[in-house]
Amino acid sequence: MMLIECPWCGPRNETEYGYGGEAHVAYPADPNALTDNEWAKFLFYRKNPKGLFAERWVHSAGCRRWFNAVRDTVTYEFKAVYKPGEPQPIATTNAPAQGGTK
Amino acid sequence: MAEQVLTDISALRTSPLAHMASAFQQGAVAGKRGVSARELAFTTQLGLRAEPGSEAHAALAAATGVGLPASVGEVAGNAEGTAVLWNGPDEFLVVAPEGTELLDDLVAALGQSAGQVLDLSANRTIIELSGPSARLVLEKGCPADLHPRSFGAGTAITTVLGPVPVLLWKTAEDTFRLLPRASFADYTARWLLDAMTEFASPEVD
Ligand SMILES: [Zn+2]
Repeated sequence: MMLIECPWCGPRNETEYGYGGEAHVAYPADPNALTDNEWAKFLFYRKNPKGLFAERWVHSAGCRRWFNAVRDTVTYEFKAVYKPGEPQPIATTNAPAQGGTK
Repeated sequence: MAEQVLTDISALRTSPLAHMASAFQQGAVAGKRGVSARELAFTTQLGLRAEPGSEAHAALAAATGVGLPASVGEVAGNAEGTAVLWNGPDEFLVVAPEGTELLDDLVAALGQSAGQVLDLSANRTIIELSGPSARLVLEKGCPADLHPRSFGAGTAITTVLGPVPVLLWKTAEDTFRLLPRASFADYTARWLLDAMTEFASPEVD
């Protein structure tokens, strides 16, 4: 069993959380301009890196809020959690760091 | 002209755990390892939503009479009168004794601002679990840290008991209030009674 830090509630058991997949997947500026292939890629294709990964989590059994996390997919260790809209503190293979903490 | 008959229908209400009253009595454990449960039925519960820092938030905080809790765990007010629990950064639950007239004041305070005031009184019932073994009973199925150093009297969190989402509110050192949704209340009550059973026997070394 593992503790995950919710940005609002603090450390809680992982069973209180739900996983939301890759974070920072931008919504297409003009969805109508996309081909079926591009639309399918936006909807269903996600990276699956070995190492640091920026992903979305939801504190379903707690405050019910979505937040972002940088997790090491090798060790399962959470390196950072941050609220939606806050800069990603650590660079990952799916998204660059956006400044903020060092 | 037809005579209008106003009937007080409150006598016809049945609380979600009315059928468990005698089971609660029989399941009560007295003594040093004691623990007992009972239902606190028909409390007034109002759901509030407003972004902290907004005008609506300030207006609602003033209208509750006890403010709004600022962060996780915090409870504004007190368990005997009006209390406001923190459910999320912009989501709160007013819990007050049956018959508390707060809804209209809060609706008026919110006005046309972005936010929400909703009567949720029938959504959840309250089970009060108390006694020296109350924490031990909860720890069998609640993953949150219930040690007094991190969960003191006068705080409340949203968590789970077994598979049931509950609001868990510690009102005194050995007294907890659990707020499951009405449809989960029967299961929660039976889960608690089962977990309480062992405390009727002497502790096994
Ligand atoms: Zn949370």
